[in-house]
Amino acid sequence: MAQTVAANTKWWSGGKSPFNVEYGKLMMWYFLMSDAFTFGAFLIAYGTVRVSSPSWPDPNFVFQSFPFLGSGMPLLFVSLMTFILIVSSVTMVLAVHEGHHGNKKGVIKWMIWTIIGGLAFLSCQAWEWAHLHHEGAWWGRNPFPNADGTVATTNFSNFFFTITGFHGFHVFSGVVINIIVTIMAWRGVFERRGHYLMIEKVGLYWHFVDLVWVFVFLFFYLV
Amino acid sequence: MSNETSHGHSSTVSVPHETHHEVHHGHHHETFLTKYVFSQDHKTIAKQFLITGMFWALVGGLFSVIFRLQLGFPDAKFPWMETLLGEWAKGGQLQAEAYYALVTMHGTVLVFFVLTAGLSGTFSNFLIPLQVGARDMASPFMNMLSYWFFFVASIVMLSSLFVQTGPFSGGWTAYPPLSALGEASPGSKVGMDLWLVSMALFVVSSLLGGLNYIATILNMRTKGMSMTRLPLTIWAFFFTAVLGVLSFPVLFSGFILLIFDRHFGTSFYLSDIFINGQALPNEGGSAILYQHLFWFLGHPEVYIILLPAMGMASEILSVNSRKPIFGYMAMIGSLFAITILAFLVWAHHMFVTGLNPFLGAFFVLLTLLIAVPSAIKVFNWLTTIWRGNIRFTPAMLFALGFVSLFISGGLTGIFLGNSALDIHLHDTYFVIAHFHIVMGVASMFGMFAGIYHWYPKMYGRYLNNTLGYIHFWVTMVGAYLIFWPMHYEGLAGMPRRYYKYDIWESFKHFGELNKFISIVAIIVFLVQILFIFNFFYSIWKGRKVTTLNPWGANTLEWTTPVNPGHGNWIGEIPEVHRWAYDYGKDGHDHIAQTVPVSADESKH
Repeated sequence: MAQTVAANTKWWSGGKSPFNVEYGKLMMWYFLMSDAFTFGAFLIAYGTVRVSSPSWPDPNFVFQSFPFLGSGMPLLFVSLMTFILIVSSVTMVLAVHEGHHGNKKGVIKWMIWTIIGGLAFLSCQAWEWAHLHHEGAWWGRNPFPNADGTVATTNFSNFFFTITGFHGFHVFSGVVINIIVTIMAWRGVFERRGHYLMIEKVGLYWHFVDLVWVFVFLFFYLV
Repeated sequence: MSNETSHGHSSTVSVPHETHHEVHHGHHHETFLTKYVFSQDHKTIAKQFLITGMFWALVGGLFSVIFRLQLGFPDAKFPWMETLLGEWAKGGQLQAEAYYALVTMHGTVLVFFVLTAGLSGTFSNFLIPLQVGARDMASPFMNMLSYWFFFVASIVMLSSLFVQTGPFSGGWTAYPPLSALGEASPGSKVGMDLWLVSMALFVVSSLLGGLNYIATILNMRTKGMSMTRLPLTIWAFFFTAVLGVLSFPVLFSGFILLIFDRHFGTSFYLSDIFINGQALPNEGGSAILYQHLFWFLGHPEVYIILLPAMGMASEILSVNSRKPIFGYMAMIGSLFAITILAFLVWAHHMFVTGLNPFLGAFFVLLTLLIAVPSAIKVFNWLTTIWRGNIRFTPAMLFALGFVSLFISGGLTGIFLGNSALDIHLHDTYFVIAHFHIVMGVASMFGMFAGIYHWYPKMYGRYLNNTLGYIHFWVTMVGAYLIFWPMHYEGLAGMPRRYYKYDIWESFKHFGELNKFISIVAIIVFLVQILFIFNFFYSIWKGRKVTTLNPWGANTLEWTTPVNPGHGNWIGEIPEVHRWAYDYGKDGHDHIAQTVPVSADESKH
């Protein structure tokens, strides 16, 4: 864990962590790099197929519905989803901040808000998937025409469900992990350890998942 | 001076006991299950990887013997083969489908299970904590999980051999549509599903291991062990782990898309396909996309296999030449350059897929650039042994063999890296010869060198030297006799992956040569069984190690007791004062890393 050291410390000479972090955080950073390559591969695969296709469905046409309000509101719902996820990142930052001050109550409060944000995002995604499925879209099925009016291949749906599904699975795992560490915080595990480093590591993962969504949002909805 | 102290037995090794507060290990109550099966000791996990890898090497090697029998003796009948393989060898003749399955499994098993898990799994685990001066890996528990994921992956892959439709048979690269459509061939049915599940588990295992290796090397070095005092083995394992952590996830993504194509009606890799005259509905996908995703791992994978062998050869050549490694910083720099270039050359596997020749030109350039760091390494190895007091231990012989094979196989890489030449050479036996020598056999040699060299540290006993020498010479001569003629066959245009060649007017005159290759392959395989015998016999009956530092090496693992317990050092972990390569300095034979630099010492 982080500790104060003299300014002229030789960081790389052994006997200490060169980045002044314990191994778990280092592993988390490398894991996130690895996972970034997983998503990178998915998004580049999607981009390659999309660019090499003569035409592609228009997201403003596909994603124009809002629960209870009907259709005709392009990208409104996904903007709400994105907003929820970004807010959950903010609450995660606050939880980490409280952790730095060893404030157990604050950590638990903001972790619960983060969990609520994650669950809200997943619920929105479930609604959107159900809605698209209702309209006839699924793996191997795509009812939406290309932007130029021609019949589209199924790859619009294929990539959409695979990549948002893979991301949703990450969010789901994140929520589960958040619940576990919140229970641990509540039972005083971190208090006994004297630090809330686990919240920081979980926070890194959570921010990463949010960051990936920004790219998914960009490439599936905006472009 | 020498800190090589003679002790009759490990239990008499004297060590300071007043610093026992650091040692928490070894006092736990250990059962058979926690000590040998679900062990969290990196040394035990290393042995688990090694022995599982050896099992797979035997299986994969046996596969090659069987399909070499088909290639060498296409008309002969082997009744024992029917006994062993049943339906696959009806009437003692290997069936075409079984031939393809065996070739596919040989590739998969050797590349991933033997030369990735068996090589870097074994030696990264064994050497990293011992050589950086750590009690264990950063996370021993994750390390244990890494092995058990590999174990389950092994079980799943093994089970695919026993399903009715056989294991996957479309080549180890698993290109769609053969891998995507169950109707394509018997092996593309459930065998392919098991292959994918097994490989996914393998990726998880590799990730858990790789994260641990990186975190341990960066964070857990003992006092004084700066990055530039690390033995080159550790630098090699570090870059290997980085390659694995960054390239396997891309393969994983590729596999997920493949699973969807197989079972959920998607068309990521499929378009415009007819099976038995029936048009499939899939449209818009690209089979080339899979090849890009596959080779983005596939090429770094070559270096995941090769770098550990390079690192171990560097160490063993230096120790057994009694000379410092030549160009230590250049060795690190070239490892780094290879790691970067490894990610930028994947499309040289795809020159004949219809890749834009303009794009191909860049991949030619980047591919040929790898010759620079490779040549730096070769010259550094040669200058390391130049005028050294060479001790021809079996480990040293295998390290020298590694350098020889790396040069021979590397030179043909320059041919294949040129997209124009590759049009002629692609998918011929020239390619088989190239990658078997430079990556397959060379890395096996690095692995053997490592096993012979560190066996005393693993088991407290030596491997039998005479058997070691027989093992080396037969394997060395055999490797060249097997693969050298394949260059000629490849230049003549003989394609790889064919079931038989005697029906081709252009290739039937290679019949006798194929027979020769097959006979040598069988002899080499038998000698590997001799090695396996040596390995297990010596665990219990080998000559005992009586000194702490039998090779007179400088690195930290030789400062531990002969049979180190969990925690490696009794008492405090030693502090490091110098690099690992002070051999023949100032009149000393060798100066261990733990010896402080004295005032009158010359600069290195």
